[in-house]
Amino acid sequence: MSSATPPTGTGALAKREARLAWALLAPTVISVSLVVILPLLAIIWISFKPFTLSDLRPPAPVVRESLRGSGDDLRIEYRLRNSSQEIAIEGVTLSDVLPDGVTAGEVAAPCVLDGHELFCDFGTLEGGQRERIRIPVTFDGDPDAFEDVVEGSEPRVTGSGPSVLTNLEFSLENFARVFDGSEFWGVLWVTLFYTVFGTIGALVMGLFAALLLNKSFKGQGFIRGLYLFPYVAPVIAVAFTWVTLFDPFSGSANALLVQMGLSSEPINFFGERPLALIMVTVFEIWRYFPLSFLFILARMQSIDSSMYEAADMDGASPFQKFWLLSIPQLLGILSVLFLLRFIWTFNKFDDIFLLTGGNAGTRTLTVNVYEQAFAVSNIGAGAAVAVVILMCLIAFSFVFFRFISREEGL
Amino acid sequence: MRKGYITGPVLGALWMLVIATTIAVTMSFATGAAFRPQVLLSLIWGAVAGLIYVRFPARRAPARLGVAALLGLSCLTGFGPVLIGSDTTLQAVLITVIAVAVVMHVSMAAILKELPFAELTRHEFEDAVIRFCTGFGYIFFTAIVVIPFYVMVMTSLKSQQALLQNPLDFSVDLSQGTALFRSYTELFRDFNFGTYLWTSFYVSCLTVFITLLFSVPGAYAVARFRFQGQKAFSRSILLIYMVPMIVLALPIYIAFSLTGLRNSILGIVMIYPVTTIPVALYMLQGYFRGLPTEVEEAGLMDGLSRLAVIWKITLPLSLPALASVSLYVFMIAWNEFLLAFMLLDDPSKFTLTRGVTMLNSSEIPRQHLMAGAVIATVPIMALFLGLERFMTKGLTAGSVKG
Repeated sequence: MSSATPPTGTGALAKREARLAWALLAPTVISVSLVVILPLLAIIWISFKPFTLSDLRPPAPVVRESLRGSGDDLRIEYRLRNSSQEIAIEGVTLSDVLPDGVTAGEVAAPCVLDGHELFCDFGTLEGGQRERIRIPVTFDGDPDAFEDVVEGSEPRVTGSGPSVLTNLEFSLENFARVFDGSEFWGVLWVTLFYTVFGTIGALVMGLFAALLLNKSFKGQGFIRGLYLFPYVAPVIAVAFTWVTLFDPFSGSANALLVQMGLSSEPINFFGERPLALIMVTVFEIWRYFPLSFLFILARMQSIDSSMYEAADMDGASPFQKFWLLSIPQLLGILSVLFLLRFIWTFNKFDDIFLLTGGNAGTRTLTVNVYEQAFAVSNIGAGAAVAVVILMCLIAFSFVFFRFISREEGL
Repeated sequence: MRKGYITGPVLGALWMLVIATTIAVTMSFATGAAFRPQVLLSLIWGAVAGLIYVRFPARRAPARLGVAALLGLSCLTGFGPVLIGSDTTLQAVLITVIAVAVVMHVSMAAILKELPFAELTRHEFEDAVIRFCTGFGYIFFTAIVVIPFYVMVMTSLKSQQALLQNPLDFSVDLSQGTALFRSYTELFRDFNFGTYLWTSFYVSCLTVFITLLFSVPGAYAVARFRFQGQKAFSRSILLIYMVPMIVLALPIYIAFSLTGLRNSILGIVMIYPVTTIPVALYMLQGYFRGLPTEVEEAGLMDGLSRLAVIWKITLPLSLPALASVSLYVFMIAWNEFLLAFMLLDDPSKFTLTRGVTMLNSSEIPRQHLMAGAVIATVPIMALFLGLERFMTKGLTAGSVKG
């Protein structure tokens, strides 16, 4: 008689469950990797390439067909050119079908005429090279309609230039450009200032707001909803409102300051050097304090009230209760929030882009991606900045996961 | 420090400054006339009032009422806490005087209530400080939240010239009737905002639908099944959360340019859900974990297949969570700016946020921009206020992302 042992290995049911699990996850995995993993790989690839905005349109042969001459001296003319001034295109051919009723004369090389089918092989077209082909024709029929007939048939061209994207030449030029000189360190400093102060500010404000609302009274729900407005409203609406509010000419904030005697002349809040950075940080705090507030309030309301009752019995004063009871209880959520908000503020793009466009010393790393890729139209350099961001991110998430596994058991 | 005759005047002085500033700012924004808080005078008046309120603890002590009335009237002389400009209407002056007196009396009595004149216990002192901070907190937070939105709505109703003349004057002339909403009618008539509104709406709805379609099965699998790589999977969801959009937008821009998906609603509808699926998956799996497994096991015992269990048991049980997730995803899609900005160039295909960006040019007057902002904000606010309960829950569960 054998003794009963628990089964080892995976049973049939477990296998079936795992299969079903992957089947259910498959759509998500596929779509997310298509739109997240693939672009991430692409951006690393591009960051090593001299790729500019104009390279998005690879060089291609451009053809124009027209009817020239009059009377007996009619000819069809094809004009072919390379759209790029520098890069050669290989395997350029042209083929077209002559319309019915057309009799073509002599056809010169590199073209051959087979019946009504014209085929020309140009081989390689150098950068900026132009070709012209004339085919004398005679036509029986209405000469007015002839032009339309000829130009109506689109000639087909083939040929492709080398794409910068697909070849195997790599260079570190983009990174050299990105790390070049003082600019990069300036950008990094701005990013750090914005991230650190934006995060801490939003946390402190959120804590303050949560303390205010951590008691039930009539209208509490309304005020809670009101304090969430900055976060819920579209960034575009609130950012433009701030720009309007702090406008140096027609902004109410400036008018108010002048009237109150706090400033003698209007201040250009989003246009002066140290002030603009402070203003975008204040905007960040204003827009994201509701989030910390919501989290902290939820945590506060779940603290066991018997602890406070015990503290009351022991005669603890309100401040003592706050420092010795609430804060230790909230420390967990505060640090999780800090880490998450730190990463998210680091990644923020929209807000600064809409407020200052990265001018007046507010260019953070994310804004720099856009600036390099679209304003300077050097996509490769933008990608290099993006790779730098990714590196930072990997470092952050390493810290984050070490920490959050302790906090939330994820 | 913990003496009633010191604490009272100190808190009183600071509080007077808060009141004076608040009233001056409020009156300035309401009438456009000149109001100015006087810092030093406010502090002195507040200290005097604080001393009197602590010395005479009766609720309606004549001395209290006297100092309140005196304070209000002092504003007429130019030596009060609030300095009123000379060209202010009589109504505004009266309102200011009454506001200073009444607000001062009520709030000072509340802050300094039950504060003895002499020695204070630690509790009495800290309670008074906390009451002061609470009052200040409410005023401060309400002001910073309300003022930008007030400015947004009011600017959209004013003309550019009026704004340049006096940027503080937000009083609207109600006699002009529907002409008040000129900038709104122009936006809808000349700038296609009706179409943008509709585009934004159906793009957001489609995003919600596709997101749920993908994330519900995924979240269920992560929450319920044990399989290899489950832990790695839930971590990578969080990780994907953290990839900044601008980093993804760049290669997406290139790919869409090469494939011709740029400038098409199809491209936008393809991209939006992918940015929201990780959030939705994360939120839903948390909720599914909290559901009791016994109900589902009972269903399995009765011969339902797994998919039938999800459809007939899990989903009906998680309707509130689905509502929260849908609202949250709707909000993200509605407010999305970066992708719409980069991928859409053709004015006939703009979403609302992209349309508002278009208005940010020096040729278009400011009130149009603000009207556009109001149009973009109002639907999401209405949704938010109407379904606040779900929305708050969704925000708490999902706003690891921001």
